[in-house]
Amino acid sequence: MPSPYIKIEVRRDNFVIDEEVAALLQDHKDIGAVTSFTGICRAEDDRLDALEIEHYPAMAQSEIERYTKIAIDRWDLDGAVVIHRYGKIAPGEQIVLVVAASRHRQASFDGANFIMDFLKTRAPFWKKEHLRDGGSGEWVSAKDDDDDALKKWD
Amino acid sequence: MKLVYFAWIRERVGLDEEEINLAADVKTVGDLLDWLKTRGEEFEALFDQPELIRVALDRVHSDDRGATLSGVREVALFPPMTGG
Repeated sequence: MPSPYIKIEVRRDNFVIDEEVAALLQDHKDIGAVTSFTGICRAEDDRLDALEIEHYPAMAQSEIERYTKIAIDRWDLDGAVVIHRYGKIAPGEQIVLVVAASRHRQASFDGANFIMDFLKTRAPFWKKEHLRDGGSGEWVSAKDDDDDALKKWD
Repeated sequence: MKLVYFAWIRERVGLDEEEINLAADVKTVGDLLDWLKTRGEEFEALFDQPELIRVALDRVHSDDRGATLSGVREVALFPPMTGG
């Protein structure tokens, strides 16, 4: 059996989900389940001009790798893709992709869910809102819900 | 030792990063934060809400204010993260 397909990228550029899934499936013919999650920039009732995402480059890569490997081991995943963008993102644009693949569906759902919960709380990115009325950007606050969401994986 | 700052902590401090020499009595993360408070207004303001300051040592999260700085080359200070 080939070793798991792992692709983790932190980058400015957009991604195409179909291409990422096709690459993951290419050499893994026993994958029966693929779950993909896409995070998208909301327009916030049209108030938002853009989100600006700041990141800590080396740490973002290493943290995402760490949690992805935990997910692969815990659920015996056959593949995982995480792509997280940084820089200016306009409403409607994609921000983050998480794909988790396994033989059967529960592991792929859980793996993707777990990776997203960790991205929300432990991946070093910070979002700043730029508003259409030109108002000075506000930093988005972290949510308690996200911290609480982690607990379900204990 | 290098200090790196992110998000609104970076904005308040006015720096992306800086090199500092640690005094001998600054041994832990807690000691470092106490020392930073003494460096001027930009740093004082940070400590209105100390619970919002997160720390990474050589790119690994540190939740423990008692953690040692011995051997650490890079300390990052940042607010709670909003990735994903």
